[in-house]
Amino acid sequence: MGPESLEAKQKAAIEEILKAYPEKAAKNREKHLGVGSPNDENQKTCGDVRSNKKTVPGVMSQRGCAYAGSKGVVWGPVKDMIHISHGPIGCGQYSRAGRRNYYIGVTGVDTFVTMNFSSDFQENNIVFGGDKKLGKCIDEIEVLFPLNNGITVQSECPIGLIGDDIGAVARVKAKELDKVIVPVNCEGFRGVSQSLGHHIANDTVRDFIFDGKVNVNTSDVEVTDYDVAIIGDYNIGGDAWSSRILLEEMGLRVVAQWSGDATLKEMALTPKVKLNLLHCYRSMNYISRHMEKEYGIPWIEYNFFGPSQTIKSLRKIAAFFDESVQKKCEEVIAKYQPMIDAVIAKYKPRLEGKTVMLFVGGLRPRHVIGAYEDLGMEVIGTGYEFAHDDDYKRTKEEIFRSTVIYDDVNEYELEAFVKKLQPDLVASGIKEKYVFQKMGLPYRQMHSWDYSGPYHGYDGFAIFAQDMDLAINSPVWAHSKAPWEKEG
Amino acid sequence: MQEVEKIVNGKDLFKRPEYQEVLKNKKQFESSMLAVNPAKVEEIAEWTKSWDYREKNLAREAITVNPAKACQPLGAVMVALGFEGTMPYVHGSHGCVAYFRSYFTRHFKEPTPCVSDSMTEDAAVFGGLVNMKEGLKNCAAVYKPKMIAVSTTCMAEVIGDDLMAFIIAAKEEDGGEYLAADYPIPYAHTPSFVGSHITGYDNMMHGIMSQLTEGNKGETKQRINIIPGFETYIGSLRSVKSIVEAFGTDYIMLGDHSDQWDMPAGQYEMFQGGTKLDDAKDCINSSATISLQKYATVKTMKMVDKRWKHPGGFSNPVGLKGTDEFVMKLAELTGTEVPSKLKIERGRLVDAMQDSYPYMHGKKFAIWGDPDFLIGAVSFLLEMGAEPTHVLCHNAPNGWEAEMRAMLDTSPAKDSLNVWAGKDLWAMRSLLFTEPVDFMIGNSYGKELMRDTGTPLIYIGFPIFDRHHLHRYSISGYDGALNLLTWITNKVLDQLDEDTKGIATTDYFFDLIR
Repeated sequence: MGPESLEAKQKAAIEEILKAYPEKAAKNREKHLGVGSPNDENQKTCGDVRSNKKTVPGVMSQRGCAYAGSKGVVWGPVKDMIHISHGPIGCGQYSRAGRRNYYIGVTGVDTFVTMNFSSDFQENNIVFGGDKKLGKCIDEIEVLFPLNNGITVQSECPIGLIGDDIGAVARVKAKELDKVIVPVNCEGFRGVSQSLGHHIANDTVRDFIFDGKVNVNTSDVEVTDYDVAIIGDYNIGGDAWSSRILLEEMGLRVVAQWSGDATLKEMALTPKVKLNLLHCYRSMNYISRHMEKEYGIPWIEYNFFGPSQTIKSLRKIAAFFDESVQKKCEEVIAKYQPMIDAVIAKYKPRLEGKTVMLFVGGLRPRHVIGAYEDLGMEVIGTGYEFAHDDDYKRTKEEIFRSTVIYDDVNEYELEAFVKKLQPDLVASGIKEKYVFQKMGLPYRQMHSWDYSGPYHGYDGFAIFAQDMDLAINSPVWAHSKAPWEKEG
Repeated sequence: MQEVEKIVNGKDLFKRPEYQEVLKNKKQFESSMLAVNPAKVEEIAEWTKSWDYREKNLAREAITVNPAKACQPLGAVMVALGFEGTMPYVHGSHGCVAYFRSYFTRHFKEPTPCVSDSMTEDAAVFGGLVNMKEGLKNCAAVYKPKMIAVSTTCMAEVIGDDLMAFIIAAKEEDGGEYLAADYPIPYAHTPSFVGSHITGYDNMMHGIMSQLTEGNKGETKQRINIIPGFETYIGSLRSVKSIVEAFGTDYIMLGDHSDQWDMPAGQYEMFQGGTKLDDAKDCINSSATISLQKYATVKTMKMVDKRWKHPGGFSNPVGLKGTDEFVMKLAELTGTEVPSKLKIERGRLVDAMQDSYPYMHGKKFAIWGDPDFLIGAVSFLLEMGAEPTHVLCHNAPNGWEAEMRAMLDTSPAKDSLNVWAGKDLWAMRSLLFTEPVDFMIGNSYGKELMRDTGTPLIYIGFPIFDRHHLHRYSISGYDGALNLLTWITNKVLDQLDEDTKGIATTDYFFDLIR
């Protein structure tokens, strides 16, 4: 890194970046950028950044909306329910099957995750209201998809603006059809990002699944002392499955997955579990807190990215249970250790010292740091699209070195940070991917695992290591420069 | 457990016995019918293949299932990216822009710049003027575009924001610091609840052409304007330019995004290529304007025809006949002979069609996509003697159905050829089960239809997320038709091999030479 310290470089980069903005925007963005230091007790949040505020207009933020948080993240993966994108055609189309929420089912018959149901609003629906159309949509769904176990109505922007009462439609139809119909007011303009959509969706789970009438049989499942639920794992590329296997191996019974590969019954069974295991804190802490308060179910956060964090988490989880579970937990750790040792022995020499900059969503900006560090890679920058203070507080525990922290980073800033700090790998989303690949930088999508994965658990870590090696050590990056170009 | 010498990802990992056990075990907690009563799933799955289901499915009036269309601002973003140094700016909430960018990026595997002014709840109450003032200023300061092209999301449309007034107010307040008085900021209202992405294309193109040319009417120049329409084939834009260039005439392609979505590796620059703004400002003085997509440029061409009084009109250069018409139109407008280069290209295409025709002749196709794409692609299928059994256009505008019907009526098989205007791809699923075809032509959304019905899918259309680089090719002009021919014929041949590869059962027909 030369004579200049990493921290000094990072601070200089922030200063430089802010210069491009008009005064008001610069003042705003300054508060969202910082340098996190692992041992700095004085920092309130990592890098002392501010978060969960309105995005500066006109700057190409990577954020999504409340609809994306509800339909796209929380509700969409519940596989035996049908989720109506209620409003104009676009939202449902752009978000269709984009998140790789894996599930088992006969799509279009008993499960519906990768499909797109839309009420396709036309001008007359805006002018005269769309409640009638919504009612009819629900009726038609009942005829054509009789095996659905419930319906959610995911509101797009116009719904809240034109004064439609989707709650009333849902109430009437739920009674008439004797089934769960969940109205979700997750209009895209609500809040400042996806985050409020998560919260709104969590609240509707509480009101309509826990406190509502759920017409699926749950009586055939007897409660045991080892029942847990996986909360906040969307089974992207099968993540929840490669997590579940470890929990089951240590003697726990996973009663529910929220909400990757989830069914209504699993959600309805959850208030009886002994412990809620929370992976994505940001998107599902609300329902976990609710279950704690209402049903006395404790919850703990865990992290199944990379062996160091996985082992820590397995032990933390086992500590809630009796010795038999703790013993099995140690057996699980011992069983996988040789495989993990072999993976690290193979890949660490190829990746050691490579620097990484991250920008992702809910939990990954902090959760995946350990997995990179297990491979000897160094994370020098990270940030969240839609985090709150509590996320940035938690991030302090996860960083290993001076790390530039950028909240709600926009295209201009991320590009500038990368140019100044020159990481060996950028790991973020699809919108940013090709910007950095054009520059000849290895890149991995960390929302979709770049169509690979799973990355959770021990088996997932092996894939993660292989994929990072594939990205960094591919011969293709060397081709960017033509042989006739001069050095320099 | 993974073996370090053979690490597998989700494709094979979950096939392993330990994971199969996990998935089996999970079923006891599930309420989906496959876990509760698999026979019932089988029964309903069979029913969805029936004529009874089809009738109910096609009778839907309210719910759309698996659409084949998107919303207006998507098209507006495409238009903007076809102009030199232009930033698409969407007035509304930023979630929409995240979607447009992801959607195009997944298709083109290229960056897609676009900003929004991040309207939130307070803007919904008080209007988005504050957002517009700050947004335009920040956008100009940070990205330094030569032009900002403003469109709207449905939120801004529902609350009734006035773009023209807002843009003027933003410039006034800025006082020329970032937004000079003559800084070009064309705009278009693009409500998502009217039409589809092609309507948004039309509105934004109309906005740019009418606003940039204001007060520029001067002497007419011998020059042809070409409007490509919502064209997702980068190669098509290049084919069209090469045809026009063969005539040696001056031309302006209005909305040329071929460089923007096809950047070479090595360095990243946000904006590349595009119609020069000086050309765009002067396009009113061209001698003719041709639109290559009639249904994507209705409003724009009405202005060109009625107010600008440019000759030219529409010409859809997809397929042999469409390209011939385009070439003859250019010959007429330029008053020149068809150049020998094009004569040779045409000859080569026809030669190839005559080489391959047995494999397409009489084959039944289902096809869906945008209205103009379908006019060209169906024409080509007919030129090859194929039978377009189901032609489905979800975003069919007025007049399209009749035009398509008239085309199909020229086929000897006309009585078995169907037009489906305004229908979605769940309707297509029923059509494929009840009146099966040999092949489908369409976008990535056909993938589930391929899985469910077993009909082979030929990837032509938009969006294509799961096959690489097809968008780099052309489907327009004689060379584009040759691509269509190659893709379709070789898929037919692939399928022929697939159907005959049974060892000692059917492989007598597994011919080395076809």
